[in-house]
Amino acid sequence: MTSTLPLFVPLAAPLAAALTTVAAGRRTGAWAGVGAAAAILAAGVALATNGSAAVSAGLLRADALTAFMLIVIGAVATIACWAGVHQLADNAETPAAARRYLILVQLFLAAMSLAVLADNLGVLWVAVEATTIVTAFLVGHRRSRASVEAAWKYVVLCSVGIAIAFLGTACVYAAAVAADLHGTAALNWTHLTGHAGALEPDLIRLATGLLLLGFGTKAGLAPMHAWLPDAHSQAPAPVSALMSGVLLSVAFYAIWRYKPIADAVLGPGYLRVLLLVAALASLAVAAGLLIAQQDYKRMLAYSSIEHMGLIALGTATGSRLAITATLLHVLGHGLSKAVAFCGAGHLLRLSGSSRIAAVRGLAAQRPGLAACLGLAVVALLGLPPFSLFASELAIARAGLAAGQGWAVAAAFTLVLVAFAALARNGTAMLLGPPGSLPAGEARPGAAAVVPLALGLAAAAVLGISLGPLQDLLHTAATTVTGGR
Amino acid sequence: MPVNDQLLSLACGLFLLCAVGVLWRRELTALIGLLTLQGAALAGIAVLLALDDPHPEALAVAVAVGVLKAGVLPWLLRRILARVPAARETAPLVNVAASLLAAAAMTLLAYAAARPLVDLAPAATARAAPVGLAVVLIGFFLAATRRRAVSQIVGLLLVDNGIAAVAFLATGGVPLVVELGVSADLLLAVLVLQVLTTRLQAAFGDTDLDDLRELRDR
Repeated sequence: MTSTLPLFVPLAAPLAAALTTVAAGRRTGAWAGVGAAAAILAAGVALATNGSAAVSAGLLRADALTAFMLIVIGAVATIACWAGVHQLADNAETPAAARRYLILVQLFLAAMSLAVLADNLGVLWVAVEATTIVTAFLVGHRRSRASVEAAWKYVVLCSVGIAIAFLGTACVYAAAVAADLHGTAALNWTHLTGHAGALEPDLIRLATGLLLLGFGTKAGLAPMHAWLPDAHSQAPAPVSALMSGVLLSVAFYAIWRYKPIADAVLGPGYLRVLLLVAALASLAVAAGLLIAQQDYKRMLAYSSIEHMGLIALGTATGSRLAITATLLHVLGHGLSKAVAFCGAGHLLRLSGSSRIAAVRGLAAQRPGLAACLGLAVVALLGLPPFSLFASELAIARAGLAAGQGWAVAAAFTLVLVAFAALARNGTAMLLGPPGSLPAGEARPGAAAVVPLALGLAAAAVLGISLGPLQDLLHTAATTVTGGR
Repeated sequence: MPVNDQLLSLACGLFLLCAVGVLWRRELTALIGLLTLQGAALAGIAVLLALDDPHPEALAVAVAVGVLKAGVLPWLLRRILARVPAARETAPLVNVAASLLAAAAMTLLAYAAARPLVDLAPAATARAAPVGLAVVLIGFFLAATRRRAVSQIVGLLLVDNGIAAVAFLATGGVPLVVELGVSADLLLAVLVLQVLTTRLQAAFGDTDLDDLRELRDR
């Protein structure tokens, strides 16, 4: 009998941190938030060391895939919240606004943890929709015209999108009821995968399309990505880091949960075609809009769409190698993107503008920040030693082995275009003759750079050796492939 | 139970008519009235299904749905309207006659798309499920072709009502814990949109969504 405590920690710790913020003010609350993020990470690690056995309690259940996702959430949230502490110190905000911000971030973490911990696919949906609600005010935090507009589009588009996913969930439930499953158990993932053979194929086909459309909207897959660049560029930097680094993957996690059910009922071909279309469309959109991009926060947002495209590609391939690589890609992207967005947040406060043209020769003026941003961009480009290099290579290899040469060729051509665009903009901002940053105080100080460096170090270490994560990734990938 | 069946058909018909009426009327207050009526029809469907197979849990869900969709949400929408007095009409991008034709087309499409759901039919009531799907499509259409913030919220609520109707008619309603979560999410989403509408009004001086053009890739 393994302890069920790690199931509750990822939900309780952020709520406790939110209460701390209410009771003890923003300074303590900010650090409590970092603690809560670390607690989520620790819970993920504790669940991972259980081995392949799943732990469950009531509506909550954790297998290797859940443990891995908790590790991703915890790791990225630790970087984002830690960087947020320093950002908070800089911002001239009213204490009430700062407190509200901290509380919403913690509720956001709790909602994401619930999404990956839920055994019930209906509860999973509820949790994903809850992330939209709590992040709405985070996106609109600055209350400028641009950020209110971004928040409105975000809530409307994501709510509509996720409503489609609920229609899909209802169809799955109808199929389950027809197969004589009843009540809450009829939407339990464990029950559904166990009884997949009895589900009606026509209904599951309808449901799979709706679910991919719905959760794909939240995961930023093209052509349902319209909200993403706006929301990710307008949110405060740590929130962008969380939304880009983990929220997209948490939405994609829902697709991983439905994949073994859909594959068992319909065969792997159906979902594969849908995912390949979404993957190539996302890569094309990202590559096309990265070329002419003039805003560096939007540039990072489109880079997220690019990486979600790669994750969809790996999921479409669906072999064990492909899914393992995809999961590694999720972690690597989360860490690198969190560092990149938090760095961009510091830069935005220094330069006062998010235009790429406004920043020139940053390396000469703020070497610490420039190094972090530069290395994060290098990591996002998929260059060694960072883990995205290894995972992109493995996704390509797995795709070729599965006979999807044309898709891999098309996808990586688009990746190359995105690479060129990102590299050109990155070099222009960081290297070359220094531009004119307003001569302010020397922020960010060394302390603010620490979490960013830590994230980069983690991404680099993962690129060199997976260490104990290897087994976890393999077990988690087996969950997604349905045991094959 | 033929009386029960007839009442169910009546409720489903009223449910669909309200959605079509939302496309027809222009004044936002009329839209909210129709939405209230539709919420009541939805609650009626839920109650009739719950009576068919008496179950206290199902009856409780039906009552809760009625309170939320015919009571709380319309009340919230009226409060939004009171705060943004300038916007009384929906300002459609597509004229009313074309909208109504589109509604007819979408209803036909819904009947075609819902075939697997109807064929499977764990309950005979699943035959009426395409009505819900039609309302979902009409809701999408409304959200896409109306320019006022409030009419987009109404579109969103139509989509949600339609999905709830599909779930009730095809399966007798999703499990209680899921239904509670979904209702809480919906309520919070509308509250969030209420606050955002006020902020839109403050930032743009209007709630015409065509003004939302700050953010684009140049």
